[in-house]
This record gives sequence, structure tokens and C-alpha cells, in this order.
Amino acid sequence: MADAKVIPFDEDRPRRRGAVRKVRAVPDPAEPAGSSESVEPGVGSGPEPAPAGAGDGWDRRIAGGLAFLRRRITGEYEVDDFGYDKELTDQVLMSLLRPLYDKYFRVEVKGIENIPKEGGALIVANHSGTLPLDGLMLQVAVHDRHPAERHLRLLAADLVFMLPVVNEVARKAGHTLACAEDAQRLLEAGELVGVMPEGFKGIGKPFGERYKLQRFGRGGFVSTALRAGTPIVPCSIVGAEEIYPMIGNAKTLARLLGLPYFPVTPTFPWLGPLGAVPLPTKWTIQFGEPIPTDGYAPEAAEDPMLMFNLTDQVREQIQHTLYKLLVQRRSVFF
Amino acid sequence: MQPGYFFEGGAELVGKVVLVTGAARQLGGRFVRRIQRDPEVERVIAVDAVSPPQRLGSAEFVRTDIRQSAIARVLAEHAVDTVVHLAVTGGAAGAPGGRSAVKETNVIGTMQLLGACQKSPTVRRLVVKSSTSVYGGTSRDPAVFTETTQPKSLPSAGFAKDAAEVEGYVRGFARRRPDVAVCVLRFANILGPFADSALAEYFSMPVMPTVLGYDPRLQFVHEDDVVDVLRLAAGEPRRGTLNSGTFNIAGDGVLLLSQCSRRLGRPTVPLLLPAVTWVGSALRAVGVTDFSPEQIRLLTHGRVVETSQMRDTLGFKPMYTTVETFADFARSRGSGLLPPERVERAVRRAAAVLRVEGQEIGAGVDEGAKR
Repeated sequence: MADAKVIPFDEDRPRRRGAVRKVRAVPDPAEPAGSSESVEPGVGSGPEPAPAGAGDGWDRRIAGGLAFLRRRITGEYEVDDFGYDKELTDQVLMSLLRPLYDKYFRVEVKGIENIPKEGGALIVANHSGTLPLDGLMLQVAVHDRHPAERHLRLLAADLVFMLPVVNEVARKAGHTLACAEDAQRLLEAGELVGVMPEGFKGIGKPFGERYKLQRFGRGGFVSTALRAGTPIVPCSIVGAEEIYPMIGNAKTLARLLGLPYFPVTPTFPWLGPLGAVPLPTKWTIQFGEPIPTDGYAPEAAEDPMLMFNLTDQVREQIQHTLYKLLVQRRSVFF
Repeated sequence: MQPGYFFEGGAELVGKVVLVTGAARQLGGRFVRRIQRDPEVERVIAVDAVSPPQRLGSAEFVRTDIRQSAIARVLAEHAVDTVVHLAVTGGAAGAPGGRSAVKETNVIGTMQLLGACQKSPTVRRLVVKSSTSVYGGTSRDPAVFTETTQPKSLPSAGFAKDAAEVEGYVRGFARRRPDVAVCVLRFANILGPFADSALAEYFSMPVMPTVLGYDPRLQFVHEDDVVDVLRLAAGEPRRGTLNSGTFNIAGDGVLLLSQCSRRLGRPTVPLLLPAVTWVGSALRAVGVTDFSPEQIRLLTHGRVVETSQMRDTLGFKPMYTTVETFADFARSRGSGLLPPERVERAVRRAAAVLRVEGQEIGAGVDEGAKR
């Protein structure tokens, strides 16, 4: 109980700022018809607070919603080459994730100024949590907290694009397959790209190994950033490790289902769908100092030694920040 | 002979003789009619196994099957210097002989034609129509294909396999005859008011079956642009451009299948992937449309290609974007069961019921754009 009294001011402030923003970005009334996304039951209980401005505000919102609805059902909206549907992401998908971000995980963001205002950059983050909620929260964090409201384009595993419905939503939310071609194309187009190089090794690791960074693939992300000449922004996410404490892995079942792992948590699969509700941990996302890559010669991307060194540098920085954040953390849930 | 012909100076004054295969098809016919108006073209030889349904102007039609060696005689007889090979097609639903005949024309026909070209001393230029379906399309492919992308899994059957094989033979030919300029054009889905492709038939169905849980990204190229780029490839390269090599040809931008269906006003029926295959074969059996496994692949994973080579190296700028191509196609097909205009009116009426004025909807749009 004594814990609860010593919330530092700087920790509280960004949260309140988020609440103000939320009123501005209240979802359209047309939304629920649009999609029945995977909103966790626990989240549904806390509906959006009605803003203070009554009558006029509602009229305007209905008008906006109808205009949105009209554009959607006549198909008059635009998607980019990757299938990214900016309008749908901003108006629907983000609004669905925001309660989870603001109310459930109470994400605190540090070092947002390390993300450049414009131009390409590669955000490299640790990966954890059995389900890739950390990527989605990172996307909301970058969009809501960055002064330029930048959109994060996540690189996702091929499993995402093999699953029906999931692949469709992922593409519309601006995600694409984690391959060098797509990453380079996005970076060269000046987009902000997010990658979690640990992949399944990170997200599917047992609870006992939490916050221990796994191998960073073969470091392909470094050579891609080098080729595109964009900075690398290391990012550490604390809190996602404990949402589904994975105490076991049903490997045979995973192999049968064609999945990289089949998580067994204290609640899943014992409680059925209820077991899929994540624990309400308190999250911190910290962006570190960008690592510039424009000082290297073009052929440097072919130099394996340099790639390993840079990969290690990024990895060390993320691991170091993780430990620092963990020391600062008072409790998993507050 | 064209009057402008004598004003052109230099070596190109020698009138070109262009041979076009697949001239009885819609696209081939249009290309034959268009290319004969070019000043540097002296004669056009149109070749197909069946008589063309439309007039071919002053072109000389030779009815021969390119699967036979007779094609070599045609090449020699007319001293052909430019060969435009358009007889690489998916085949329409009602094509005689079915799929195997189409495949034979595509593959054996190409082999015969290339063999004839190899022996011909006069052939200087070869243009081959291919398709972006050679990239296949799986969930593990990059979002955008470039000319150098290796397909993750080669198409196992159908037109895509034919096209991939045809390209293989053409590459072999290019190695053996380095003096011949070879241009392979990989076209995205060709649409337009006169399109008779399988995809055009699909878009004309009153209710479109789709694959549940997938919204593929599609790219289109307009028929007019196809004819223009074929002309560009068949002629001498313009200054600063190169028209031999392999090029992706597609209009700018991307449309999702869901956007296509909404713009057409045709409702969709999402089906599970196995059910789509089943419905597809049922529809094909009745002869409604050619719903091949390859088409299902397109409608599952979609396909988007990079076109910077087409712009920078080939020097071609399409007149129509993907969206404009589709709009032109949609206009020619008439409205579906749920025309977008009517849907739009319904929304406006709902707005009126809710006592929101149209003006405010406009304001809402601005606000939405700002957010």
C-alpha cells in the first residue's frame, strides 16, 4: 500500500496527457459495425468516457461517422502498395487498441524524442509476451506520443500472413512481412519501421527467461538500415513479459497445429477463452539514443564483422536499458 | 504506305515487317490495327490458328498454327524483322480444346516460334507478352515484386506455369541469338472496356465468391496502355531508354479486392479456402467462368509489382492508374446489385433522418482527414 503513494510526478504526467488526447480521438459511432476485433473481455467493461461537450459534439461525430461509413462502403479510400489502410487504422484499429494501451496496460513512454520527426528510421525492440501485443502497443505509443503522430510500420513473422483474417488486418494496419526487400522499400520511402529481431525465440521463451534477450537473428536488420542509410532506434519494452507467463510449451500440439510453440500459462488452456485474457501489467516503453548508420560506406553492409558488431551494440543497449527499467520498476502491476 | 514514311531519314527508313501472333484475340487484334499506323512499319503479318472475329485493317492475315513448323516459312517468306508474340494467354472459359490446347499453344507454340526465329537471319527484335503471375504469390513473398525477385514457389500448373516456362525458353533464345533484342513484358491483370480475361469475367459475376479472411491487393493495367507499351517495345528505343530486357507493366497504385467489389457494387460471398476451390470447379464445370487454382491464388494473396524499371529504363508512363483502369472497366460493365451511388444515397438519407446536414458531412470529412 505504501507503494501507491510514491508515484513520481513525471510518471503520472504522460498518463494524464494521454487521457486528454483520447477525448480528441474518440472513435466514430460507425465503428462497431466495421469490425469485431479481438477486444479482450476485460477491456470491454471500461467503455470510452463521454466527452464533456454534449449536443454539438455528438452531431459532428455522427456526421463524421456517416462520412466515414459512406467512404468505406463505396470503396473510395486509398491503400498503399503494402495494403496499408491509413484511414481504417487511424479511425478504427487504433481506437480499438487505445483502451488496452491507456487503461489496461497503462503504457508509459520515455525517450519519444529519439524518434526522428521525419524520414526513415528503424526501431528495434525486444519481443515478449506469447502474443505479439507488444508490437501493437508500440505502434499505438509511437502514433499517440510522437509530436508528428508518426505511423509505425511493423515487420511481422510469416505466420501472421499465413493465418486468415489476421493477415488481412495486419496488412491494413500497415504491417508487412519481415524480409529485407520490404524493410528496405519502406525505409527508403521515409517510413518508420519497427522490427523485433528476436522473433519467435523472444516471444515464445519460457517465463523463467524473462527479460533475457535472445539471439538477434542474423542481424539482417542492421544491413538493411545501413543500405537505406537510416538510423537505428533501440527500444526496450518492460511489462509485456508478464502478460501471459508461459510456464510450459506443448511442443507436440504445436507441431500438430503448425505453430512455433503452444503456450501453457497458469490460466491457458485450462480456463479456455478466459485464460486468453492477459494479466494487467504496467508497461514502460523506452526509446534509446538513435545509432546513426549513414557514416558507413555502401559496401559496409556486406561486411559480416561490422554487422555483428553493430547488432551486438544494439542488443547490448536494449538489454542494458531493460535492466535499468526493471530496477526502477516498483511492481509488475503498478 | 504512309505519307510520313519518306520524311523519316536514316537507317530506319527500311520499312519494318512486324509479325504478330495471337492476332485473333481481342488484344492481338487491337495491337495489329494500331501498329500498322506507325510510320516506320511497312507491313504487318497477323498470325493465329483461328480467323479473327474483327477486321485487321491492311494487315495480312496468315492462318497458321504456331505449334506447327509452318511458322518458320511465314517468317522467311515475309522477311520479318520484328516478332511480337502475344499468343501466351490464359485462355477464356469457352476456348475450344480446353486447357490442354491453350497450354500447347503457349508452350509448344513458343518453342516453335523461337526455333523459327533462331533460324531466321532477318529477325532483329522479339517482344513477348508474359504476366506478373510468374512471381506466383504466397504468404512468404515480399509485398512488392521486382523484376529480379525469385518466386518462393514456382506455379505448379496453369497459365502461370506456362508463362514461367515461356520466359525460360525466351531466355535461352536470347543467349543463343545475342544479336536479337528481346523484350519480355510482364503484364499485371489487363482490364478495360473490352477485356475478356478470366478476371474480367470474375468481376462480372453478380455475386463474387472471395476467400474468407483474405483481402488481396490487386494491380491493373489498361488495355490502351498495353497496346502502347507493346508498340514502344516493338520499335526502336527512344533516346536514353532501353527496350530490351524484362519489365513489369502495371498501373500505379493498388486496389484491394474489397474495394473493387464495393466500387462495382457487387456483393461478395466469403468462403473458406477449400470451399472456394470446390465452388470454383463447380462454376468451371457449368462454364460460367474460369476459376482456376491460379486465380484463387491471386484472389488469396494478391500481387503487386514494382514498376520503376518500366518508367526509368523502358521510358513508358501508363496513361491509366490502377484505380482509373478499374473505373473505366466498371463503367463498361454496368452496375451490380448494390450500385455505389445508391448506397451513398442511403447513407445521406440516414444522415437526413439523424438531422445532420450534408454540409456537416463535408466538415466531418475534413475532420476525419485531419485526425
